[in-house]
This record gives sequence, C-alpha cells and structure tokens, in this order.
Amino acid sequence: MMTLLEIKNLKKYYATQKAVDDISFSIEQGSIFGLLGPNGAGKTTLLRMITGIFYPDSGDIIFNGKKFDPLNDIKEIGYMPEERGLYKKMKIGEQALYLAQLKGLSKAEAEAKVKEWFIKFEMQSWWNKKVEDLSKGMSQKLQFVTTVLHHPKLIILDEPFSGLDPVNANLIKEEIFKLAKAGSTIIFSTHRMEQVEEICDHIILLNKGQKILDGTVNNVKQDFKENIYSIGAHILPENLMTHIFEVIKHQPDKLLIKLLYDTRPNDVLNFFIGQGISINSFNEVMPSLNDIFIKLVEGTDTARQFQKI
Amino acid sequence: MNKIGLIISREYFTRVKKKSFLLTTILVPLVLIAFYAIIIVIAIKGGSDKQSIAVVDKAGLFTDSSIAANNKNIQLTLINNETEASFINKYKERGYQAFLYIAHIDSGYVLHSQSSVSLTTTSAIEKIINKQIEAKRMQEQGIDPAKYKSIAADVSIDNTIDTKEGGKKSVAGVAYAVSFTCGMLIYMMMIVYGAQVMRGVMEEKTNRIAEVIISSVKPFQLMLGKIIGIGAVGLTQFAIWIILIFGLQMLTPLIFPDLFHQLNSVSQAGGKSSLIATSLQGLSSLPILKIAISFLFYFLAGYLTYASLFAAIGSVVSEDQQEAQQLMFPILMPIILGFVIMTKAINEPNSSLAVFGSLFPLTSPIVMMGRITYEVPAWQLALSAALLIGCFFLFTWLTGKIYRTGILMYGKKPSWKEMMKWAFKKS
Repeated sequence: MMTLLEIKNLKKYYATQKAVDDISFSIEQGSIFGLLGPNGAGKTTLLRMITGIFYPDSGDIIFNGKKFDPLNDIKEIGYMPEERGLYKKMKIGEQALYLAQLKGLSKAEAEAKVKEWFIKFEMQSWWNKKVEDLSKGMSQKLQFVTTVLHHPKLIILDEPFSGLDPVNANLIKEEIFKLAKAGSTIIFSTHRMEQVEEICDHIILLNKGQKILDGTVNNVKQDFKENIYSIGAHILPENLMTHIFEVIKHQPDKLLIKLLYDTRPNDVLNFFIGQGISINSFNEVMPSLNDIFIKLVEGTDTARQFQKI
Repeated sequence: MNKIGLIISREYFTRVKKKSFLLTTILVPLVLIAFYAIIIVIAIKGGSDKQSIAVVDKAGLFTDSSIAANNKNIQLTLINNETEASFINKYKERGYQAFLYIAHIDSGYVLHSQSSVSLTTTSAIEKIINKQIEAKRMQEQGIDPAKYKSIAADVSIDNTIDTKEGGKKSVAGVAYAVSFTCGMLIYMMMIVYGAQVMRGVMEEKTNRIAEVIISSVKPFQLMLGKIIGIGAVGLTQFAIWIILIFGLQMLTPLIFPDLFHQLNSVSQAGGKSSLIATSLQGLSSLPILKIAISFLFYFLAGYLTYASLFAAIGSVVSEDQQEAQQLMFPILMPIILGFVIMTKAINEPNSSLAVFGSLFPLTSPIVMMGRITYEVPAWQLALSAALLIGCFFLFTWLTGKIYRTGILMYGKKPSWKEMMKWAFKKS
C-alpha cells in the first residue's frame, strides 16, 4: 500500500494556545482515516494545514510522495467543512459548476460531472432551485457532491452525516465506501464514534493539540480491552464465590464479569462447569470507541483553557 | 489568473442578473426624469393654488384699482365698511384664506389667518405693500415712476477666464451642477458599492463558504475577485444610466414636442435668454472629455481604495450587523468629510482646503470632482492621481492580510490593535 499523506512533527501555535503540537501520522492510499477528538482538540487547525489554508509553523506535510505544495495540490483535495458552506442565494446547478471550476475543471468537464452526480443522488430537479430553499439534509447532500465532484485523491469530510436522515446518511456512506474502493483516500472527522467504528480503517485521537492514540480500530480495541466477558445461562445462582473473576453486572440469566489476574477464559468455563451451571453463551466484550474516547479525554478539560506559551 | 476570472464573473453575474439590479438601474433615471418633469411643470404652471386674501385698509394705502394689479398667486380684495374687530369673524365664511389689516402706512400691518401662512405668501404680500408705498411716496414727492425706473440699476456680471486659448466665458451655474453631480455620484457609489463588498464578504464568512473557496484559491484572489466584480457592476450601472438618460433626452422632444417650446417662451417672457440654450452652451464650453476621464479614474481608484477597507471589515465581523456598523464608521468619516470639502471646493476651487482635499487620497476622489470643471493645474492632477494609486496599493496590501486572517476567525470581534498586528505581520 502506498502512503498518500504523511504528516511529520507538525506544529501550529496561536498566541494563546498550542493548536497543533508536534503531530505525526501517515495515511495509506484508499483507506478511510478517522480523525477524532473533543471540541478544540486542534482538528480544524490540522485540517486547514492539510488543505493549504494555514501554513504550519514547523513540520512537514508530504502529499503523494512530494512536499505538499498548496497551490498545485489543492486540486487533488476535496474539503467539506463541518458548517454548511454554500451561497444561499445562488442556484444549485450554477453553484456546483462554479465550485467545480474553481477546483480547476473546465466548464464542459464540470458540467458533465455535476450532471452525473446529480443523477446519482436524484437531484436533477434541484438545478434551478436556490440553496436557501433546501432543507439542511438536502444542502448537506449538495455539499458532499461539490466536495467529491472533481475526483480528488484526498477527500476531507468534517461531520458529513450531521443533519442527515438514515436513508441519506446511508446513501452517502455507500458513496464513501465506493470512493475509497476506487482509490480515493478519505479523512473523516467526527465525534460520532459508532460511525467511526463502522466506517474507518485507521484512527487517531487528538486532545489538546497532541496525538494520544493511533492505530486501526481493531488494534485500538485490543489495546484497551479490559478482559470483560458476558455469560448467558438459564439460571444463575445469586452468589458466585470466586477469586478468578469479579461480577460487574448480575441479571437472572446474564452475567458480566471481569477476569482477575491472569485468569484465562477456559478457567471461567471450568468454574461454571464445576458448579453444574449450563452455559449457553460466552463472549468477550470489546470496549466501544466511545468508551475509549471518554476514558482518554476525561479528566482533561475538554474545552481547553487558554494558556500562555 | 483564470480563477480570479471565475470569481469576478460570479460576483458580477449573480448581481447583474438579480431583479433588484435591473429595477434600481432603470428606475433611478426614470425617477430623475420624472423629477425634472415635475420641476418643469411647476415652473410652467406656477406653484400652489391662488390665495384669496381680504384687505381691511384703515390707512387708505390701496384703492380698488391699485389693489387689482398684483401677484398672480395672490388675489387681494379691498373690503370697505368693516373694522378689524368686526371682520375677524366673517372672513372665513366669505371664502378668504386670510385677511390683512392695515392700521397705518408706516406700521401696524397684521395678517389674520386660522392656520399659519407660508413664508412665500407673507413675503409676496410684503412686496406688494412695499411697492404700493413706494408708488404712493413717489407720487407725493412728485417723481415720475417712469423716470425712477430709468434711474434704478440692475446689473449682472459675466466672468471670463483667461487661458492660453484665449478668453472663454465662465458658466458658473452649469459648472457647479456638473461638479456637484459628479462628486455626489462618486460619493454615493463609493458608499453603496463599498457596503456591498462588505456584505458580500460577511455573507461568505457566515455561510462558511469562504473556507471551501479558500481551499481552492488564495484568500487574496477571493478578495480581489469580489472587489473587481462588484466594481464592474457599478460601471455597468453607470453605462446603463448614461445610455438611458441620453436616450430619454433625445426622445423627450419627440414625445412632448411643445415642451421645449413652452419652456423657451416662459423664460423669454421673463426677458432672459432661454434656459436650455444657456445650459447647452455652458455644457459645450466645459472640457467634457477631461471631466469624463477624471470621473472614471476617480470613481475606479476611489472605489478600489475604499473597497479593500470595506472587505477587511466584512472579514473581521461575524453575523452581527451592529459590529459592522461600528467598524464602518471610521471609514465613512473621510468619505463624508470629502463630500463636505467638495461642496466648499465648488465655490472656491483654488482655496487651500480644496487643494488639500483634492490631493489627500482619502478625500481626493470626491473633492477633485468639485474642482474638475475649473482649471486645475496639471501637477495637482498628476500628484493627486499618483497619491491615490499609491494609497490603493498600500491599502490592498495591508487589508489583504487582515482579510486572510479575519475570514477564518469566528467568535469575538478583534480589536483595532489586533487588526493592525495582522496587517503588519510578515507573511
């Protein structure tokens, strides 16, 4: 796999805070990359440096094997900011054409692409409508189309599903998978962890301008698992006296336990067999990204204080 | 560059295609023409309704015959056998708007009415009374009114300006009107289109489209594209106006063939040469080409200089109109000051205030228009233009940096100090 984007020791300090403080990571081509972090963690600043809006104070951005050159490389990037960014009074078709042409497409190319995407998303009838007449979900769809229209190598989506109903959210999710399959690399920034688990291959977690987590979704979960298992049985006795696990949650037919010391799952099964209890399910409970996120970020001030540097 | 072209054409066409653009562009000259038409009609037909005023003349100033010949807007009627006290309850019933009581010739003139009488009416009546007193006194002194008329003087002065091409007649009235109109137009357009630039930038910022666009083009390109696009809208509007005004002026004689005839006869009746003829003669004696070129230059350079300031303001405020108003104030100040100096400069085009105002780049676009119909030394024109262009480059360079930072900042409005810091920060 080829590396599309490599960030090396990137720093951007503002007068009152270290927005991005020495962050490094790399993204494989064709992967879906989750950029996570609480509000004010530095995600937007980081994305703005990757889109060439801001210049980093120090560090390197390597794009497509070369040093990132904002003037030429922005053609290869599609950026969809979190807040809807469209001209309210402009007709939808014209707007899509305009944004595509700004990305360097010729008028004819832009027209063909816009039509193609409008058909795909069943938006043909919108052409002469104005953005102010659209619902939030509809303008979100339009925004997505304008972001990916010019077939960029790197697509950056900031909360792409906010305000979308499940049907449209699914439509866009499918498109994201298709784009990734076709070779586009996607950076997906969000706070919605269940979407990240579903969509992303690789994630990093930022907090206070620093990277505090980096890995594939599976690896991260493995790293943070706490040896918790759920056990299902017909009838479970009230008191289970043992030192090999501790009961976290007790229901008549279900048990949530945490293994102690170096207990292995088989020891637990042996224990229950010894007790003559018939087990009908035994699963390891993996932590959700949400739990990991909260665990890592909790205790630090999420809305960070302004500090002198 | 191609992308600036795209931005310019978007800014231009979205505005020009709007219905409101067409409406204001066509309505404004129509309103102007209608305004002129009303003035002409008033001039021909005379002003308000005829006032009917009774006169109770205890002093014996008027006779029935002398009171009949007077002002066309006021009808005076002599009332006999009434006193001030007895007539005060009757004049309304008899259909008089007011009544004049004369106690003595020298003093004691009282005009009774139920609502206050206009200043024009009062002064018209005063004029009639004064004339009547003069006539009466001339008669008492044995002076022949015809002889008096031959003695009384009424001169007017013609001003001739001596240039290398020889003397030419000054046409102060027309020059004044042309100067004032040009200055006024630049003043209005600078504020109207400057505010449009500001609103456009604010719209982009609050819609967050700025972030999308800036991920495709440089912020400076976006700012410049907007300023040029809106300036082009202004020029288009001027062009349409000029065509419309000239077109309508050509058409007016065809639609109302007797209008000019009437107008000429009215002014000739006053014993002076035709108003239209004087104006046309005045216009042709003005350096039209010089005025047109300067107007275009000062409009464009003035607009561009201020537009970048307006853009910078639009970029630092978010959503709040009031904040924008506050920040706009310091920018409007020199524009308004320029307008004030311009009105002075028309009267005294070579006073030191006028010269300073027409050189100082923040006021020169407006003030120079006040002087342009008079002889302006070439070095002053050149210096003024150079200073203005220099100022434009300086402002655009500084405000471009404020804009670049401001357009992506949300939340608190930055202080002037912070904005200065952005402007002078090395990029």
